[in-house]
Amino acid sequence: MKSGRRKFLKVAGLTAFGFASDKLLGNKALAAVKLLEPGEINKELETAGVIKGERLVMIVDLRKCVSEKGCTKCIDACNHEHNIPDFGETKDEIKWIWKEPYENAFVDQENFYMTEKYESKNVPVFCNNCDNPPCVNVCPTQATWKREDGIVMMDWHRCIGCRYCMAACPYGSRSFNWRDPRPFVKEINSEFPTRTKGVVEKCMFCEERLAKGQQPACVEVCPEKALVFGNLNDSKSEVRKLLKENFSIRRKPGLGTSPEIYYLV
Amino acid sequence: MYDSGKIITGLIIFILLFTSPVWYNLSSNNSLVKPNPVLPTKENQKQCIESTAFMRSNHMELLNDWRYEVVRNGQRTYVSGAGKHYNMSLTNTCLNCHSDRTQFCDQCHNYVGISAYCWDCHNEPQKQESSL
Repeated sequence: MKSGRRKFLKVAGLTAFGFASDKLLGNKALAAVKLLEPGEINKELETAGVIKGERLVMIVDLRKCVSEKGCTKCIDACNHEHNIPDFGETKDEIKWIWKEPYENAFVDQENFYMTEKYESKNVPVFCNNCDNPPCVNVCPTQATWKREDGIVMMDWHRCIGCRYCMAACPYGSRSFNWRDPRPFVKEINSEFPTRTKGVVEKCMFCEERLAKGQQPACVEVCPEKALVFGNLNDSKSEVRKLLKENFSIRRKPGLGTSPEIYYLV
Repeated sequence: MYDSGKIITGLIIFILLFTSPVWYNLSSNNSLVKPNPVLPTKENQKQCIESTAFMRSNHMELLNDWRYEVVRNGQRTYVSGAGKHYNMSLTNTCLNCHSDRTQFCDQCHNYVGISAYCWDCHNEPQKQESSL
């Protein structure tokens, strides 16, 4: 009977432990569920001071964008603002904003029998100014780096033209100056420098305009108001509101770069 | 000394050849032209952001600091020694007054044999006027 008593004590102990842990974990699970209510985590992080400063993002409302009708206003405005050359061929092309067919822009979003509207859609694409930018990691001279507000900057004084960043960027957002671009700039905007042969360039959310309190050139010029730019960390910002109320997608999110350009579809 | 005539003649020829760049520069007129940077004449452009002596000896460091502050730190306002505020910009501040590169920058840079590559990217005011 001794072994019987032992067995009884073991089973009783385990059962008691089981009840206790169930109760404990149960409470914790409940707490976790409560925390995960929509918006709750962000609110907690904000009050705790984890989310602070700026996180600049762009929203492209593809429902409003009329790029398929041949609208290139954002591209033209950008080209003029930043003295982007036109070489007349695609091999040496410099691109800050360009159009990409939907299936190329969102390679992991291609479905059979897609909404017809999107099968022929040309999506305006930019440098995503990623939250976790691979180009910054590989730059050997720190000519490209991420600013506090999230803009992935380029310092053309420092760029040595090794093109590691171009190899690292999964979006093809960077262009290399194979030739002296200055003779190919149609109308030089004297306030912005041209580039020289041998440096890499890309969209930087018009940081020179932001410094003057202006919106990026493409956002300002868009006739359909399809582009919205703002600070995602500001709970009252328009970008936050748009993301909260609409379904958004990003380009190749599975790569872990956390792109900062959101597309509403 | 044996063959002193040949040796001394040879030495003289060698010294002349070795120092020929000096003679060439002295004989050509261009090298004797002293740099003459033309300063802005308009009344409101008489005062540079710092004293002339400071600018003469430190403009390159100042421009380097500006470049660093603007591009890397996003800091765009320069407070001068006199307490005035300026936009840190080569194109939009310096060149507003010193509008002619050949008459100002190049004067000394050419004399001391410096080729600054600022102009590879930064626009010159008069170039912009001609292209418009």
